[in-house]
Amino acid sequence: MFKPSTASSALRAIPSSSRVSIGARSFHASSRAALATPSETKPEQTKEFKIYRWNPDTPSEKPKLQSYKVDLSQCGPMMLDALIKIKNELDPTLTFRRSCREGICGSCAMNIDGVNTLACLCRIDKDVKKPSKVYPLPHMYIVKDLVPDLTLFYKQYKSIEPFLKNDNPPAQGEFLQTQEDRKKLDGMYECILCACCSTSCPSYWWNQDQYLGPAVLMQAYRWMADSRDSYGAERKEKMQNTMSLYRCHTIFNCSRTCPKGLNPALAIAKMKLEMATE
Amino acid sequence: MSTSLVRQSLFRAVAKPSMLRASAPGLMLAQRRFASTQNMTPAESISYLNAQRQHRPNSPHAQIYQPQITWILSIANRVTGVALSGALYAGALAYLLHPVFPIIDSAHLVSLVADLPTWVKGGLKFLFAVPFTFHTFNGIRHLGWDIGKGLTIKGVYATGYTVMAATAISSIYLAFFV
Repeated sequence: MFKPSTASSALRAIPSSSRVSIGARSFHASSRAALATPSETKPEQTKEFKIYRWNPDTPSEKPKLQSYKVDLSQCGPMMLDALIKIKNELDPTLTFRRSCREGICGSCAMNIDGVNTLACLCRIDKDVKKPSKVYPLPHMYIVKDLVPDLTLFYKQYKSIEPFLKNDNPPAQGEFLQTQEDRKKLDGMYECILCACCSTSCPSYWWNQDQYLGPAVLMQAYRWMADSRDSYGAERKEKMQNTMSLYRCHTIFNCSRTCPKGLNPALAIAKMKLEMATE
Repeated sequence: MSTSLVRQSLFRAVAKPSMLRASAPGLMLAQRRFASTQNMTPAESISYLNAQRQHRPNSPHAQIYQPQITWILSIANRVTGVALSGALYAGALAYLLHPVFPIIDSAHLVSLVADLPTWVKGGLKFLFAVPFTFHTFNGIRHLGWDIGKGLTIKGVYATGYTVMAATAISSIYLAFFV
């Protein structure tokens, strides 16, 4: 049932924002006046943001909460929009990590209103009476402001050898896997290593020098569960000590906080069960 | 679709940086450099980094983290476990002091409490019943997790609230109706 008018109606179906002028492309956090067609005036909604500050150039000064006031009617909906707006317009010295602004890079992980999450996936609480508090990831050494030192976290990830290990590669072609075996990796391979879960774990707070933490342990299990990997026994052997794995007390802060909706506690419990029953 | 692509690329070809600058003044302001850089040898930069590492503060943790059923019940499980075993050891070892203080003796202790009003007796029993029942029920919850049951956020919250309700009901029963 092709009609000549289909093509033009298809064009009309494209949202106008992608068709018309990108002339005034700028940060969505910037002011209304910069838009090609000024939006109608919204009532001003000033919200207070209290942000953790610490400057390595003045190490003797204690970390403090600094207050910023942002008009939410002139700001994007996400916490990261507010942080970028503050950095652009109020205080360029505010330091934080950000990259993709869509929850796939894991750079903007921080503690917002008491919960670890990605600033880019966290909506600003519209209640303007309550100030929002922004801290860096808990119990980490702070490089500056909201930037934690993740060196140890990455070293721990490296220590579990997060890659396929198999001494008998197929004679030709690639490793094959049944759909059921592939399904076992769902919910684990999606981890973006933002460290929200590990830094929400009280066990990791007290023992991060020896305990691997939920993010790294889930990845450890991801490679144990992979049917193409032949080093499962060796991988489990490395966990056979009191600290690496067994500091997990099934607290569940990790799964509660994961901004990607994954369940590290489940992966760790499965690993424990397999190690106990094999 | 194709028209929009043509329009976009046309715009890119025509657009000059100055146009962008005029359209977003805030953006350009942020580009100003506030610090200058200087060259360092690798050894110098490592020592600079290490000097900085010595001073890095530890970010706040338990005191700023939102109270959640997950970790509150976990710490409660540990506190009640320590308290119960502490009370057991203290109670049992106290009998060793019997030669010194003859008052520490089951018969004496019973007569000591027997005459107290009911609400005091019930209250004291309640103080022991809460940690005991909570630790027992939460222990069952942990055994469930160990065999792979209820390992979802929904499961954790459902069992958590169940444990709290069971603790309240059974503690009141043990304290005032037994």
